[in-house]
Amino acid sequence: MSTTTAPSETEAPAPASEKEAPLGGRFLGWASNYLDERTSLSGFVKELGRKIFPDHWSFMLGEIALWSFVAVLLSGTFLTFFFQASMVETHYAGAYEPMRGVQMSAALDSTLRLSFDIRGGLLVRQIHHWAALVFVAGIGVHMLRVFFTGAFRKPRELNWVIGFILFVLAMAEGFTGYSLPDDLLSGNGLAIINGMIKGIPVIGTWTSFLLFGGLFPGNQIVGRLYTLHILLLPAILVGLLVLHLMLMIINKHTQFAGPARKNSNVVGYPMLPVYASKMGGFFFITFGIIVLIASLFTINPIWNYGPYDPSPVSAGTQPDWYIGFADGALRLAPPHLEFVWLDHTWSFNIIIPLVVLVVFIVLVMFYPFIEAWITGDKREHHIAQRPRNSATRTAIGAAGVWFYAVLWASASSDLIATHFQLTMEGVIHTLQGALIIGPIIIYFVAKRICIALQKKDREILLHGYESGRIVRLPGGEFIEVHQPVDEFERIKLADYETYEPLVVRPNAKGRIGFWRNFRGSLSRWFFEDRLVPITHTELEAAHAHQHHELEQMASIEGEEIQGAHERAGHPEAPLTPIDDGKSGEVPVRPTSVLNTDDPAHPHKNREKEAGQ
Amino acid sequence: MAHEDDPLEHERASWQPSPGLAVAVTDPVQHDSLPPHRERMTDKDPAAMKRAVRTVYTLFYLSVAASIWAVAAYILFPIESGSLTDIRHNELFVGLGIAAALLAIGVGAIHWSKAVMSDKEFIEPRHATRGRDTTRDAAIQAFAEANEESGFGRRAMIRNSMIAAVVASIVPGITLFRGLAPEGSPADPHAGDPVYLLSHTMWKKGTRLVHDPTGAPIKAADIEIGSAVHVIPEGLMPDEVSNYLDEKAKAIVLLVRMPVDQLHPPKGKESWGYDGIVAFSKVCTHVGCPVALYEQQTHHLLCPCHQSQFDVSHGAEVLFGPAARPLPQLPIEVDAEGYLVAQSDFHEPVGPSFWERH
Repeated sequence: MSTTTAPSETEAPAPASEKEAPLGGRFLGWASNYLDERTSLSGFVKELGRKIFPDHWSFMLGEIALWSFVAVLLSGTFLTFFFQASMVETHYAGAYEPMRGVQMSAALDSTLRLSFDIRGGLLVRQIHHWAALVFVAGIGVHMLRVFFTGAFRKPRELNWVIGFILFVLAMAEGFTGYSLPDDLLSGNGLAIINGMIKGIPVIGTWTSFLLFGGLFPGNQIVGRLYTLHILLLPAILVGLLVLHLMLMIINKHTQFAGPARKNSNVVGYPMLPVYASKMGGFFFITFGIIVLIASLFTINPIWNYGPYDPSPVSAGTQPDWYIGFADGALRLAPPHLEFVWLDHTWSFNIIIPLVVLVVFIVLVMFYPFIEAWITGDKREHHIAQRPRNSATRTAIGAAGVWFYAVLWASASSDLIATHFQLTMEGVIHTLQGALIIGPIIIYFVAKRICIALQKKDREILLHGYESGRIVRLPGGEFIEVHQPVDEFERIKLADYETYEPLVVRPNAKGRIGFWRNFRGSLSRWFFEDRLVPITHTELEAAHAHQHHELEQMASIEGEEIQGAHERAGHPEAPLTPIDDGKSGEVPVRPTSVLNTDDPAHPHKNREKEAGQ
Repeated sequence: MAHEDDPLEHERASWQPSPGLAVAVTDPVQHDSLPPHRERMTDKDPAAMKRAVRTVYTLFYLSVAASIWAVAAYILFPIESGSLTDIRHNELFVGLGIAAALLAIGVGAIHWSKAVMSDKEFIEPRHATRGRDTTRDAAIQAFAEANEESGFGRRAMIRNSMIAAVVASIVPGITLFRGLAPEGSPADPHAGDPVYLLSHTMWKKGTRLVHDPTGAPIKAADIEIGSAVHVIPEGLMPDEVSNYLDEKAKAIVLLVRMPVDQLHPPKGKESWGYDGIVAFSKVCTHVGCPVALYEQQTHHLLCPCHQSQFDVSHGAEVLFGPAARPLPQLPIEVDAEGYLVAQSDFHEPVGPSFWERH
């Protein structure tokens, strides 16, 4: 009743809260305190709350993968409530008229029902399928970014491997999911997988027998793939994804070189509020675009395909895009590659494509270690390289992309032939040639382009951009004015170190070991053609030279103008135009164009760059 | 950024990572300060800031409206008629509502962060990933003490036997997976033998060739020259055979008829056809797709999956593509009533190659 009897501990903070209420109000203050006293959460927020992340459009590609995965998880969970992973035969009796009475498995029956008998069910199925396609594509472009900028270098090699496993898992998730509806196309896909597995020496027959629970197609596979699809693979995927992001936070994000951006710092915006808002917003944009695509474009209309039957043929069908490269590899194998040897069948028409794919995948996965072994560089690298500055790697990557692209195109060899009125044989032979010769050509072309771009950068650094302005000097000479690079832009163009090929010397016994020699050859291959980065001194000298020419030009100009004034009888007239305050234009004369230090007339370019 | 000046490496006294083949530039082009902050429209002009704020909350309210629309569309567009048009409308309008709701949130949040929030850049130092020397020493110490107290390194017998035991304990778990595929039983002795199962189909001597999927028997006289017929063995019907699809996957056959003079059967198979009618397994010998794109003029069969081509007039030998073997031929003859019947099962396993096949 009386305020004087109130316990002092409740009274004490009262005046304080009157003056300044806790951030976010009393309830949030109480809740934060409650959580922190039980979880030490404040330390976490302190560490991550204002953590700095660098900004570049290409850093968003990984986010596409992350957020589309969330879309996959959300839509997939909805689908599990309706889908029946069973191959028990039923007769469809759902809403879709043309399929009524058709015998099919419970899997296809429930897929049709969740599409046609549940409002919004078809939408969610489409979201799930599209999001899965975007997910794998997002990982793909993210990997390309990481590869071409060298962001896989120490200390991020392990995260590259984890990311690569995520890519493989994503494809496995895609394939297992594609097979679940048990429609005609997915059954055909499984038939191909069955054939591939059987072609593996020694274990193939039994692997297929165990996987399908007997002969293909059996009545087990959908249930088994379902367990993989919704339990085992997602569990591993989510675990590795968390690890991937944790390592990203521990290693901090790479950044591109730039003013104040060094190997030893991170420059950018804080997690709270900017990145929380940008990333959160980007989740909604990714999800929103996936929903938009799903509501506008139909994918995998299983109701047109009908149930799986080993007999009907469906020409011109295509797998989901990320499986294309494997299907294409099968198509490119030449005929008659099968032998009986040691009383067993060796199906090299299956083995060779499989081995090629596995070698390709393993090489990509272990590339960071191969490059690290060649360079012997044990330092940490946090500056993302410009692809041109690592010419050999970029060329290898371009050759790899070409190789993948040819395999991918091969998966559509029949459509290429029919659409362009070509012979099937011609298309396959061309693709076979492109697969083998193409990467070599692409390698050399890409490498030369990279080195040429490096030279161009150097030219720009030393002599500036070609401004396109032709100026006639008073003496009659025409020159093109070069516009120097903005001082903030310079650092982006200049590389700061290079690698030199390993000089192999004999050891104490006078021998050169095989591996050392091999590493020497590889390092020559990597680094023989290179440009030594420009130094600050060289840059200064070039600029001093430019200034010197400028002064000389100004003095010639002055003499000529003075002479003209004298001939006109006005020797006292000024050498520069009179600034009447009305004309704000910079006269187009070599002296004014080249003089970037004139504070009255800063370059428009500089202002633009400085704002970035 | 010559590595001598790199604070990353100075932090760890004992750590001098090798630059390998890298040669740092002695005086690289450097610029240590951020470019001057350029004010955005919203920084300079309070009216622009007001506009930006208005845009952001308008987008958020728009999102609410779109969500309400999505729920309304859920109710307004029933699908119970089962017609594709109704289903498409439901999908489209619910979907557009959700998409608009999500996109408006996303665009609003990003506009908020780009136009309204501070765009001041911060510089944060990096630290070497490697732990500090004291931390590493403490970690080593922890292992050393654990090793000392347990004798893990010293007592090799305990350690090795434990590793053996743990490895061995995994084997029973793997063994259990034998149950993934059936095993033979007295009732069905071949159920667990993939090689036997892959080598035998439903075809046997006297089995009639019937139309797929109607099951109508086929008279040799009814087949016109140049036609191709999809065939299954008599009795292969969904409700009559227990593992219908498994049997069908092996037994499907394509029947073609061509003028006798154009048919060039391989040696030993001259009597496998009847009056220009020949029957081949429809399962591709590559990876098992149904091969049934028949080109009447050239007698070529094309597999739609990987474009293997087979020449039916020459025992279905491989002309092109990744397949290695001809399609297995089903020997056929005509019974007393003029219907086509099989002479026997296939003489070799149908479908893709496998290790034990020969």
